[in-house]
Amino acid sequence: MSSLGLYFHVPFCGRKCGYCDFYSVCYRKEQAELYIQAVLRNIRHYSDLSRCTDTVYFGGGTPSLLVPEQLGQILDEAKDSFRLAENGEITLEANPSTLTLEKLQKLREIGINRLSIGVQSMNDEELSLLGRTHTAARAEKAVLEAAQAGFGNISCDLMIGLPGQTPQLLGRSIEKMAVLPIQHISAYILKIEAGTPFDCDQIRGALPGEDAQSELYLKAVEMLEKLGFSQYEVSNFAKPGSESRHNCRYWKCLDYIGIGPSAHSCCGGKRFAADPDIQRFVESPAQPVTVTDEAPCGFEERAMLLLRLREGLLLSNFPEHRKAIERKLPPLIKAGYAETDGERIWLTAKGFLMSNSVITYLIF
Amino acid sequence: MANDKIRNFCIIAHIDHGKSTLADRILEKTETVAIRDMEDQLLDNMDIERERGITIKARAVRLKYTAKDGEDYIFNLIDTPGHVDFNYEVSRSLAACEGAILVVDASQGIEAQTLANTYLAIEHDLEVVPVVNKIDLPSADPERVCSEVESIIGIPAMDAPKISAKMGVNIEEVLERIVTDIPAPQGDPEKPLKALIFDSYYDSYKGVIIYVRVKEGRVKVGDNIRLMATGAVFNVVEAGFMDATTLVNNGSLEAGEVGYIAASIKSIGDTQVGDTVTCDDRPCDEPLPGYRKVNPMVFSGIYPADGAKYGDLREALEKLQLNDASLSFEPETSIALGFGFRCGFLGLLHMEIIQERLEREYNLDLVTTAPSVIYKVTMTNGEVQYIDNPTNYPDPAVIQVAEEPMVKASILAPSEFVGNIMELCQDRRGVFKDMKYLDDTRVELHYELPLNEIVYDFFDVLKSRTKGYASFDYEMMGYVPSKLVKLDILLNGEIVDALSFIIHTDKAYSRARKIAEKLKENIPRQLFEVPIQAAIGGKIIARETVKAMRKDVLAKCYGGDITRKKKLLEKQKEGKKRMRQLGTVEVPQEAFMSVLKLDS
Repeated sequence: MSSLGLYFHVPFCGRKCGYCDFYSVCYRKEQAELYIQAVLRNIRHYSDLSRCTDTVYFGGGTPSLLVPEQLGQILDEAKDSFRLAENGEITLEANPSTLTLEKLQKLREIGINRLSIGVQSMNDEELSLLGRTHTAARAEKAVLEAAQAGFGNISCDLMIGLPGQTPQLLGRSIEKMAVLPIQHISAYILKIEAGTPFDCDQIRGALPGEDAQSELYLKAVEMLEKLGFSQYEVSNFAKPGSESRHNCRYWKCLDYIGIGPSAHSCCGGKRFAADPDIQRFVESPAQPVTVTDEAPCGFEERAMLLLRLREGLLLSNFPEHRKAIERKLPPLIKAGYAETDGERIWLTAKGFLMSNSVITYLIF
Repeated sequence: MANDKIRNFCIIAHIDHGKSTLADRILEKTETVAIRDMEDQLLDNMDIERERGITIKARAVRLKYTAKDGEDYIFNLIDTPGHVDFNYEVSRSLAACEGAILVVDASQGIEAQTLANTYLAIEHDLEVVPVVNKIDLPSADPERVCSEVESIIGIPAMDAPKISAKMGVNIEEVLERIVTDIPAPQGDPEKPLKALIFDSYYDSYKGVIIYVRVKEGRVKVGDNIRLMATGAVFNVVEAGFMDATTLVNNGSLEAGEVGYIAASIKSIGDTQVGDTVTCDDRPCDEPLPGYRKVNPMVFSGIYPADGAKYGDLREALEKLQLNDASLSFEPETSIALGFGFRCGFLGLLHMEIIQERLEREYNLDLVTTAPSVIYKVTMTNGEVQYIDNPTNYPDPAVIQVAEEPMVKASILAPSEFVGNIMELCQDRRGVFKDMKYLDDTRVELHYELPLNEIVYDFFDVLKSRTKGYASFDYEMMGYVPSKLVKLDILLNGEIVDALSFIIHTDKAYSRARKIAEKLKENIPRQLFEVPIQAAIGGKIIARETVKAMRKDVLAKCYGGDITRKKKLLEKQKEGKKRMRQLGTVEVPQEAFMSVLKLDS
């Protein structure tokens, strides 16, 4: 039996960022308490002691708004209901503004061993445009204190393609970020989501164009590689051995259970999602879910997800499609989108940038 | 009914000059149709005809009229197509009549089309009765128009009825003229049967219905008739006439009469317009003059946008052909477009109508290749080939001489546009023949033009350069040697067969450049760079490149939510279906269409 991952969606934010379309509500202490109780119920509901659970991830929202004691309650309950691995990866997403040395120490004590810090940029103007409450200096302090508190596995988020962002500005952000004691960087190209405050002419007009965004992305990849952060996924870079084990579950079609409003799961041969409704979540004995896929992880889906990883896909795992894939490969290689060693095929940075088209071309 | 109480006539008019409206008024006045059944423009019963205001297929209707002399008359109104594509059908309709009402718009005057058909009527010895319509318009100038008719056509017109078909003014005067001016038909009912087929259509219950004008003899239910051109023999099931909405089975038809025959005929191919019907037991000595087989002039490949609809397209074409013997088609395969049909049409309008009917009545999404004419190619070994598909154009090395069809074109327009028209005709390789002033403000120009220069968009451009005032007509005049080349379009180094066409050398470069530009505009940036080239033989004469797309990625796939990625993948999969896949290049339908409409 394969191992399992646990994802907790913590749908609270101090304030909503203009670009974000994830499910979150304004933090209220009483509701957070009800939320914790509901999470504990759901942990018992999904309890599975038959297999090893080796990754736990608190995402959001802003999970670091919860106090360490609340997170500890959840982890304790998880230890009773799931077989948590000794060396399991336990990640908390954190907003730099919410972190203090004392809090970081407590987080270490309750078992959190990986932080994903929403730094986004090391440029104050960009941070203010994004609506973030921290400055570059505050982010730097948070990272240094985290390291001081004993965190040896820290990731920072970095946004690419911000309004007005030049290669020089991006380069400076990357340089400042990469010298911090961190092991991982998630670098996302900003995408304007429909219905968010960023979905307006003013922001869209200030965004770098398609070609400029591409340049920024390729520059980020090149710089990060040079600075020791290898690209292992479209948007993820890590020092050797520090790849996010939890996120890799998603690309490799490994099982995970998601708890919390809007959390997604892939487990027991189905994909399902908890309804994005905090009220119903706290009121229901078990979270209401909607099945999104009755038969997940078919060829198309696996290929699509694996090709997001630098290791790509192992052709021998797809004997039925191997011929078709190999036949279509030469133009991709010629155009510099993909590479192969005969056994595996994987996408280059240029290929990642075009991954939707490349994957569609390759598997249909 | 004695012959002297019958009047067989048609109406000649330019598009929009009010033919159908006048026909409606006549139907109303003769009470052929109860007023409550009146639908505007009753005779044109196809949707397309009504919308375009043109008559595609001839029809005939029998009317009863009590004249001022107190006698009852039978009118047979034969509706004729108004467009040059259907010239032959027009001539056969005219051959079924003794007279023609010439409707002229009181503000616009005579147009090229009207003139051509009027000359045709005079050639057939028809009595032409001019009528000036639309006198209700503020810009109407009936006196000027009457004198124009007299000076251009040379028939008396000063006392022509001045009417408004729309308002129902002076319609009776027209009816009286039909009685007094148009001769009664001749013909001996005792002679062997001799009847002219001037139209036919397919009825799913009765088989092919043929419309005839009986010239000699009689035909009745139970007779065996022979169609002389094809030799086919059928047993008459019904013989009668048409009122405005239904067939009336009268049991027989006699010399002088116009009517229909149903004889369980399965194929419309057997009932060619212009053919002579005679009695199988007692045939006439010789057929009526003027029959010829109608040959398509313009060819184009028609493909279903969705390859799976090939069967549906064939069925639709077969059904259309039941009613339209001039439509020809045969299966054709294109590397670019898959399975489709090479279709032959009488002309451009005919082509457009067929395409529109396929799309509208049969709900098909089509991709059409550029229209081609028939080129005559004499090979070095003396063999002569007729090429209607650019794909089959021989290697220039083995061509001794290539010839292209020419037309005699006549254009009528206000004199202020002469410069524009001459420029256009020159641009289309026209040879100026002559120009004459019809009156102070209107001129008639004659040009010889290559047919392939007018099959694309000549009429549209002519209209736009003359603010819509010019009218245009043409007739075929045969083949002349020409410096022709085949222009190929290559995408990513591969020839796209559906985009090849034959063109005059002098035009090749500018057209090649335009096509390459249009394709660049219409082929979206995609995964791979798309080189676009235009070539004659192996020589590249124009080149453009659609640069590869740079960014197409969902950067974030957060919290294990892959639904969005999957949706996107599905969307791209669907999008791919709407594209033509040429090697690694994806070409949208619009790109093919855009090449066909270059000059607009």
